[in-house]
Amino acid sequence: MSSDLYQEEILDHYRHPHNHGTLENPDATFEDSNPLCGDIVAVDLRYDGERVSEVRFRGSGCAISQAAASMLTDMVVGQTRVDALAIPREAILEELGVPLSPARVKCALLGYKVMMAALYGVPDHNAK
Amino acid sequence: MLEIDAISLTPASMRAGTPDLAKVRADFPILSTSREGKPLIYLDSAATSQKPRAVLDAMSTYYATYNANVHRGVYAISEQATAAYEAGRAAIARFINAPEPENVVFTRNTTEAINLVAYSWGRHSIKPGDAILTSALEHHSNLVPWQMLAEERGARLLHLPLDAQGRLDLTDLDGLLAQGVKLVAISQMSNVLGTINPVAEIARRAHAVGALVLVDGAQSVPHFPVDVQALDCDFLAFSAHKMVGPTGVGALYGRRSVLEAMPPFMAGGSMIKKVTLERSTYADVPQRFEAGTQAIAEVIGFGAAVQYLSELGMEWVRDREHALTAYLLETLSAIPGVTIYGPPVDERGGAVSFNVGDVHPHDVASLLDEDNIAVRAGHHCCQPLMGLLAVAATTRASVYFYNTTDEIDALARGLHRVRRVFGS
Repeated sequence: MSSDLYQEEILDHYRHPHNHGTLENPDATFEDSNPLCGDIVAVDLRYDGERVSEVRFRGSGCAISQAAASMLTDMVVGQTRVDALAIPREAILEELGVPLSPARVKCALLGYKVMMAALYGVPDHNAK
Repeated sequence: MLEIDAISLTPASMRAGTPDLAKVRADFPILSTSREGKPLIYLDSAATSQKPRAVLDAMSTYYATYNANVHRGVYAISEQATAAYEAGRAAIARFINAPEPENVVFTRNTTEAINLVAYSWGRHSIKPGDAILTSALEHHSNLVPWQMLAEERGARLLHLPLDAQGRLDLTDLDGLLAQGVKLVAISQMSNVLGTINPVAEIARRAHAVGALVLVDGAQSVPHFPVDVQALDCDFLAFSAHKMVGPTGVGALYGRRSVLEAMPPFMAGGSMIKKVTLERSTYADVPQRFEAGTQAIAEVIGFGAAVQYLSELGMEWVRDREHALTAYLLETLSAIPGVTIYGPPVDERGGAVSFNVGDVHPHDVASLLDEDNIAVRAGHHCCQPLMGLLAVAATTRASVYFYNTTDEIDALARGLHRVRRVFGS
């Protein structure tokens, strides 16, 4: 019944994602997808001075990609932009706390990739 | 539960004239492996099949005892290698009832066979304003080459639509063919929905307007008898690795008169008659299309693979898979929340796509993997079809003759566990 991969904390974030939704007039936004599986994550950011005051994410995809994105929003909110950019990718893998196969590492890091692009201020190629 | 066809699932030990399933499974070393005490349950043969000892031995015997390049040497092992390579070609020609071995060109796989036609035939025969007809359920390998060709030549790409059950809708076939179609490129069996398409009927109507017909046989040739003369197709493309053979080799069947008129695809050694510094004349069919040293061991393995399948009998393979597919569909439809895609069992093969509630297919496949059950999850290189089904991805279980109803029962237990973990 229990699963090595799908620990309760991951399933919790998947079912009840933190900081889920959109921001009105965000200071930064970015969206990307994993072409292999179609997972999508989009992130909106708002700054208060140097600090990330609000984060929202949305997307669709597997539990690992969505739970990892949810966990990452908790790690970023309240940080300065510089500190948030310094979060290493290993941190999100540690936060998930389960062994991931190489294929599933890509799922786990989709949200990270999108968050970093938003923090860097990469123009959103999906924006109209 | 479903009544299983006694003929196709009763071990041969109890019946004369049909293969003994336990012995068949013992031919495949990987089927007796396990991980942490859990036996491998392999339900991904539509991606690649497992390999019997006979195929592995044929290749290692070549490497260990008569490894030499083909078509060149005058010494004994080179002649032996050439004979084995050409015997592979002859065996594959017989397997699809091609008139002659020279109808068979070796390629790397189905994808390369289709690209060979697109580059060699297509770039010389497709003119601006011509049309190429494919369908909405093609694998990217039988779609993207034609998109590139159409764009390059200023041709149009037309698509046969699907009906609600995932069958080709032929209602407007003649109307589409009348729009200047020069080539129909269609798969004989869908790798996602398992749909078996009426390619003989399509070929008859395409030939009536003078179009050629390419059949993507990647999912059909491994699973039921395919006769190119009965289909009356102009090209048939298929891969060894999906039919108990090795990776790295595939075949293109071509009608002799069509192949003869085609220029080379790739240039180099082995595909020439006479070379001067200024110009060359090209070898006859099929060497014209086999530039450079070929995958010799793999061709020999491919020959051993079709010999293995022929000894089982492709009618037996078809009937056994039909019974397994019926059992798989019945088992899946008994699980609450499971949506199955594709037509009923009599119109399909053993590739079955489904979803479990709104659980993402990658999560389904990961949870099944914890029980050492191998299934596919994703878009299966059919993004346009995923769009038509209005899903991002599906989970796909695909059976081959070596699978058992016990393995399908294990899949069902795994899917019940998916439902418990995800509470769906």
